[in-house]
Amino acid sequence: MINLARYYLAEARNGLIHEFQYRVTAAIGLLGFLVEPVVYLAVWRTIATAQGGTVGGYSANDFTAYYIVWSLVRAMNLALTPYSWEWRIRGGRLNDLLIRPVHPFHRDFAFFAGQKPVWIAIWIPFAVVLWITFRPAVDLGLGRSLVFFVTIWAAFAIRHMWLFVLGALNFWTTRTSAVFELNVALELMLSGRLVPLSLMPAWVQDVAAWLPFRWTFQYPIETMIGRLGWSQIGLGLVTQVGWIILLTLVIQLIWGRAIRRYTAVGG
Amino acid sequence: MEGNTVHVVDLRRTFKVPVREGGLRASLRSLFRRQHRQVVAVEGATFDLPAGEIVGFLGPNGAGKTTTLKMLSGLLHPDSGVVDVLGHQPFRREPAFLRRIALVAGNRTSFAWDLPALDTFLLLKALYGIPTGEFERRRDSYIELLELGEIVSKPVRNLSLGERMKVELAGSLLHAPEVLFLDEPTLGLDLTMQKRLRAFVRTYNREYGATVLLTSHYMADVVALCERVLVIHRGRIHYDGGLAGLTTRFATHKTITITGEGFPADLSPYGEVTERLPDRVSLRVPPDQIGPVAARLLADLRVDDLNIEDPPIEDVIEQVFAEAGALPP
Repeated sequence: MINLARYYLAEARNGLIHEFQYRVTAAIGLLGFLVEPVVYLAVWRTIATAQGGTVGGYSANDFTAYYIVWSLVRAMNLALTPYSWEWRIRGGRLNDLLIRPVHPFHRDFAFFAGQKPVWIAIWIPFAVVLWITFRPAVDLGLGRSLVFFVTIWAAFAIRHMWLFVLGALNFWTTRTSAVFELNVALELMLSGRLVPLSLMPAWVQDVAAWLPFRWTFQYPIETMIGRLGWSQIGLGLVTQVGWIILLTLVIQLIWGRAIRRYTAVGG
Repeated sequence: MEGNTVHVVDLRRTFKVPVREGGLRASLRSLFRRQHRQVVAVEGATFDLPAGEIVGFLGPNGAGKTTTLKMLSGLLHPDSGVVDVLGHQPFRREPAFLRRIALVAGNRTSFAWDLPALDTFLLLKALYGIPTGEFERRRDSYIELLELGEIVSKPVRNLSLGERMKVELAGSLLHAPEVLFLDEPTLGLDLTMQKRLRAFVRTYNREYGATVLLTSHYMADVVALCERVLVIHRGRIHYDGGLAGLTTRFATHKTITITGEGFPADLSPYGEVTERLPDRVSLRVPPDQIGPVAARLLADLRVDDLNIEDPPIEDVIEQVFAEAGALPP
């Protein structure tokens, strides 16, 4: 019986070492991520100010807080994309993982989890500069911070599982890039990544409530910046757990079928 | 199955392969009507491997060797047939099974590309739950046997092909697998490196009593390591037996070399002359005529020395493939 906790620690350690090895690449990669929220922040602060202070219930300060936390959540919920699955399957690289006595899911989850400390370390100076520049009025209480900690890890788990399911489609199509492109578009619109969902039409918000995207992005952000009451936070946590359970079942259901179709080409 | 580590009966696997002719028109047609072809990779393979044996698995490219290895290691699901390795059905991919086997493919690495091999060794230690003392003993032993020294401290991407293969092999054996599948492990390596890898496999086999199934296009690998070979062609096993028996069964000729003086100009009554020097002649002779021809040579000519040799194993294998290829698919 594999000691899964020990394996997770070892794989996460390798993920961390990997990021240390390419610290400049990691920094440039994160800077790329940080440009996106800075653009959103500049646009929405301008609009909020022009509209007399608020848009969709968000003030300029709220937008600042939103996009600072956004950048952390974005870094935290990075997971293996279906592009990588496609590369693995088409090139036969999956063989290396399948020959090991542990599910590939664990390898990827642990490896990406291990990279997070480096990403957070690079994010901190960025967040401090934005915080000092705009001074958003946010109550960073211990309780909210602890809940936020739980929600971003749950968000990472959900996104990792969701992308794992999309990646597994490669066993049927061998080309899921197109599906992933669609997924990115949906995620932009329905997660709160492009704009907070309260700025979206009501029907979009209704749709978003039934999909996983919101629970990987806007929900942890709102938890942190104090836009949710404790009952909403509790409901959100239950929803996140529900998605984790549902996706676990889906992965169990499809993995056995997917692996039967594997042709192990290329090595 | 009794006493066998690997038990295979009537194993089959086909692949559905998309096909179309070249050109824009064919490409457009395939948008609406895809055509596929069934390619039989393994067709009714049957064999057993007893514990501790090193068996060579020979066949030309596309013969079904790697597909068989992948089915034995659980990477591929067979279409039909019985496949049993260490009491497990590999395609179930039970961790208890995967912990007892290893698959090493030449020219590939499963190691983290950007990290030194030592980091991946530590990961494998955690993955297989190898006790620290045992891990350190094996790691140090493999480092010494394969002369890995400083190699394990460099990022894998900075290693040569031979160095990568050595760390790959060392890493694959850290958990002391009972069955080792080697798919062309010496591919692309220089002669020194090939010899070192062979010696290492032999040492590992003796020390751990591991069963080894080896595919290789280098007959030197097979001759050095295997007493028994399986020959597969077009997915079918055409020969299963000793390496020596392969020559007996498939060799179309042997070579008689005679040394002496005053040999007549025409030696064709004895066999086909393949080499002629002033004092030495080599003749190709069918195996069933070796005795009579040798006797006639000794009786008719002034022979100082006579030597009978089997053909090179590469020629024998080529003959096997040629015969197998002549059979209806």
